[in-house]
Amino acid sequence: MRKALALCACLLALSGPVLAADPDEMLKDPAQEARAEKIGQGLRCLVCQSESIENSNADLARDLRVIVRERVKAGDSDRQVVGYVVARYGDYVLLKPPFKARTLVLWGGPFALLLGALGVLVVFFRRRSAAGSPPPLTPEEIRRLDALLKDSGNS
Amino acid sequence: MRRLLYLLPVLVLGVLALFFMKGLEMDPHEIPSVLLNTPAPAINLAALPGHDHGLTTDDLKGRVSVVDIFGSWCVSCAQEHPTLLAIKETGIVPIYGIDWRDDPVKGAEWLKKNGDPYERVGLDPAPGHASVDFGVTGAPESFIVDKGGIIRWKHIGPITPEVWETELLPKIRELQK
Repeated sequence: MRKALALCACLLALSGPVLAADPDEMLKDPAQEARAEKIGQGLRCLVCQSESIENSNADLARDLRVIVRERVKAGDSDRQVVGYVVARYGDYVLLKPPFKARTLVLWGGPFALLLGALGVLVVFFRRRSAAGSPPPLTPEEIRRLDALLKDSGNS
Repeated sequence: MRRLLYLLPVLVLGVLALFFMKGLEMDPHEIPSVLLNTPAPAINLAALPGHDHGLTTDDLKGRVSVVDIFGSWCVSCAQEHPTLLAIKETGIVPIYGIDWRDDPVKGAEWLKKNGDPYERVGLDPAPGHASVDFGVTGAPESFIVDKGGIIRWKHIGPITPEVWETELLPKIRELQK
């Protein structure tokens, strides 16, 4: 039993991400194929949406894999291949949205919130330390406190 | 001033709730086309067996037209088919078909069996270059192309009589002026 578990663990550790590319759609040149895979992993499958075209089994994803490889084979740079797909499907097809004016809130929003929260914290702690510790008790107050404590002790 | 500060979390929650409510109503599969108001892509597609003409970009110039991406394998395409035939009957607008990822024989047979609403049909075999040039995300998908060959509207999903009446027809009438 333990052996079987260990074997399972080893096999799991060895297995890489499963890619949907069929051997027959892969490029012969390993360097080009590696580039195509990398590009494809950044492109959204329009059918399943949260998968990349490299991971998806949808027909459209397969077609886009083939088209990406055609472009790579034709000598396009990575940027040109991505541009080709974006020209047809828009920025939406990119799994990592580009940084530009329209996506400023998307990229900057979390940092703005973080800065805002830090600001609130700083103001809060400053105010607290500015208020300082309360003034020491006067002799009169000490006497009254003692009396109260004695009182409660007797009952 | 301090009181307003206590209201801040409520305000933030309110804004988030508005975003989420809007998100509930939006269909993630309706991806706005980046091709709106750009020229229809250059295509040159072969004819189906038994048909005289394929489909080229030049066919889309001169008058307002509808380009419909379909396939004999596509279930919702059969659903919109009667509406397309009815539109053809009215003679208001020519419909051009792109038979996407289809076997030419099956495509031709499908049109023979169900009726052919298309002025011309072009075959776009896998990997569907022409359909990808139109930014296809699934079939059926339809485009309104104006007289100058510019894409002016995209509809994702089957054309129902209601979609035709409320969405496509007004747009076509406007472009035909």
